[in-house]
Amino acid sequence: MGKKVLMKGNEVIAEAAIRAGCTHYFGYPITPQSDIAHYMAKQLPLVGGTFVQAESEVAAINMLYGASGAGARCMTSSSSPGISLKQEGISYMACAELPAVIVNIVRCGPGLGGILPAQGDYFQAVKGGGHGDYKMVVLAPANLQELYELTVEAFNIADKYRTLVMIMGDGNLGQMMEPVQFKDQEDIYKDEKAWATVGTGMKRKHNTITSIYIEPEVLEAHNNKLQKKYALIAEKEVRVEEFNTENADIIVTAYGTVARIVKNVIKLAKKDNINVGLIRPITLWPFPSEAYVKCAEYAKAFLSVELSAGQMVEDVRLAVNGKKPVYFHGRTGGMIPTEKEIYDKIKEILEKLGG
Amino acid sequence: MEQKIIIAGFGGQGILSAGRFLAYAGMLEDKNVSWLPSYGPEMRGGTANCCIIISDEQVGSPIVNDPTALIAMNTPSLDKFEKIVRPGGVIIVDSSLVGRQVNREDVVTYAIPATELASEAGNATFANIFLLGKLIAHTNIIKPESFELSLKHGLREKYHHLIPEEMKVLRRGMEY
Amino acid sequence: MAVVFDRPHALVDVSMHYCPGCTHGIVHRLVAEVIDELNIEGTTIGVSPVGCAYNNYLYFNCDMQQAAHGRAPAVATGVKRVHPDKVVFTYQGDGDLAAIGTAEIVHAAARGEKITTVFINNAIYGMTSGQMAPTTLVGQVTTTSPYGRKPEIQGYPIRVCEMLSTLTGAAFVERVSVHDIKNIRNAKKAIKKAFQVQQKGYGFSIVEVLSTCPTNWGINPVDAMKWVQDKMIPYYPLGNFKGADLEV
Ligand SMILES: Cc1ncc(C[n+]2csc(CCOP(=O)(O)OP(=O)(O)O)c2C)c(N)n1
Ligand code: SF4
Repeated sequence: MGKKVLMKGNEVIAEAAIRAGCTHYFGYPITPQSDIAHYMAKQLPLVGGTFVQAESEVAAINMLYGASGAGARCMTSSSSPGISLKQEGISYMACAELPAVIVNIVRCGPGLGGILPAQGDYFQAVKGGGHGDYKMVVLAPANLQELYELTVEAFNIADKYRTLVMIMGDGNLGQMMEPVQFKDQEDIYKDEKAWATVGTGMKRKHNTITSIYIEPEVLEAHNNKLQKKYALIAEKEVRVEEFNTENADIIVTAYGTVARIVKNVIKLAKKDNINVGLIRPITLWPFPSEAYVKCAEYAKAFLSVELSAGQMVEDVRLAVNGKKPVYFHGRTGGMIPTEKEIYDKIKEILEKLGG
Repeated sequence: MEQKIIIAGFGGQGILSAGRFLAYAGMLEDKNVSWLPSYGPEMRGGTANCCIIISDEQVGSPIVNDPTALIAMNTPSLDKFEKIVRPGGVIIVDSSLVGRQVNREDVVTYAIPATELASEAGNATFANIFLLGKLIAHTNIIKPESFELSLKHGLREKYHHLIPEEMKVLRRGMEY
Repeated sequence: MAVVFDRPHALVDVSMHYCPGCTHGIVHRLVAEVIDELNIEGTTIGVSPVGCAYNNYLYFNCDMQQAAHGRAPAVATGVKRVHPDKVVFTYQGDGDLAAIGTAEIVHAAARGEKITTVFINNAIYGMTSGQMAPTTLVGQVTTTSPYGRKPEIQGYPIRVCEMLSTLTGAAFVERVSVHDIKNIRNAKKAIKKAFQVQQKGYGFSIVEVLSTCPTNWGINPVDAMKWVQDKMIPYYPLGNFKGADLEV
């Protein structure tokens, strides 16, 4: 293990990407994630990589399409309005099975909205913000050490399955500093990428990267192949943290920085002998449904706390499947719920349930 | 032990860097730390603040709603954060710049004309360090030696000659 | 007592949020004076960009719409096609207009859209903290060109007026500056004429204003004015590129 450094979340992402072997970064400035681009502009050239400031997010995602198709480990990053612009390219890349990492440091919307933390892009990320039947892996780290490790992992997952991986954080995660301990050596999944367009060298049949399949039979077969891949990812790549869930009366669920607030609430509740648990999805897709199924056996209720008007709560309801009541508490506009606010909500629910 | 600190004032007063040096010093002492800046649109020429948590335990949320300590370097900052300081906590204000007294009676208060004292000591921009000195003395949250190491790490080489002066100001703050 | 200096009616009486020494404020005033002089406040609709001027709908007294980043010329097209008898203008920075919004500005000009664009070229992204703009000069250090803009890596700065003046639909194209009194006067004349060209229905009109961003250039406001004179004008020559002879 290397020594601990104090770093900004955005810079951790950039540093981790370089350590993971990312050689090409394409992006367009947008608050609150521009530090990623600043770091890449400075550091990538020093390790022989390439930083390109695109003229727009639309251009950036298509540069990613080209670079990934050409066999590079590559990344783009943006924040909500910019991610909306990338949706066309994301759908094309998913169809063409191009591996790459996309970072969304979410800000509050809709529209131009504001730049403060939010989680209103959950649906867009996990349900497919672009057109067609596709999925991408969505990782939601809660602290900077995890942000580092998951960023490296994101590149591995991307290459392993030829899929897009999104790292989703919010402005607080991007802007905060916390100690991070980098490893001396990263575990890097190596793949020949025999499918990439690197020039035939007159030695093999030519490769093509495409997302157009005019023949319905052919396109359906391609869709079936994609779905099979997604099923495999769903089976292998679920990540979740369960905290104090055994014997909990009420299970709170939250992801990213919100889960950290909930952990404080759990401490508060403990003092009053109220047993609160936390399910923290680390992969938003694939969603860790089984954790909820298990807890629905004994917990009295679930409460989803989000910086949104209610998005992940729908997946929680699907997982709990009517076995127990599922409540929601959300803030929007860049407002963050306080510990007290969440605790009051918990007490209100328990009272209602006669606990 | 856990200290949840808010440092607040105008942009340009070294608010964010003071917090960073403090957090880094905490890390050097193997404590758990976090630093979270305000990054809202208020940054353009307006106020700046940051939350620092230094703790023996894992840091929960980096957002501080109930600080144990507040350093306020202008009146709007005192207005904004005075109410939320925990009873028994500490409020340190730069009385050169804050135009009123602290109204709370259930906290320890230090009103220090830090900007004046720092400029007497040679550099008005070290007012933030002066106030940090008082915070360190009152809370014992970190050792001054760690702060010195933190400055060495965080400042660019060409500013290293200022470190002895900054440490002098820090110590004067501690003794004030 | 005779009033010799007053706030234009088209400018709302609030203080602006721009940094000290930023010339956005000067250009706002010029646009407002022109609106007053042409007596069009009640028949003008403006479109705000995404950039430091994102909320200039708070400053102009005429009706305003706020557009997505770079899309102001498309939004203005929509407004103008609904109200062909009204005056429609966009106010855009160089990131907004010459990077993400290149397609929109080129096609608005190509269509000869009867709108006026006030284009602020400060050679940098102000709002998002100093990244390279398409107009950033060769050698200029920004947060995304930390080693200075290098032509072999980042290419060359775009001269928007020269480019747009090749389009038949563009009727009036002029580049001005606001770094001293004489130039401020010229800038106002150009902005006024651009609005009049629109009123006469000649086609698309644009005024590019060389502007300052002391905050992200990292220099003081006085040096910033000098930087416009010494560094920007040699690359971005002032003057009219098209439509000087139009009868208005
Ligand atoms: C789709 C999208 N991408 C990026 C941004 C972030 N953004 C806001 S302003 C801006 C550029 C500002 O530069 P410029 O247009 O030159 O105007 P200035 O601030 O210099 O006046 C950018 C990239 C955004 N709001 N929306
Ligand atoms: S950042 Fe630059 S362009 Fe924006 S208001 Fe400040 S000086 Fe003007």
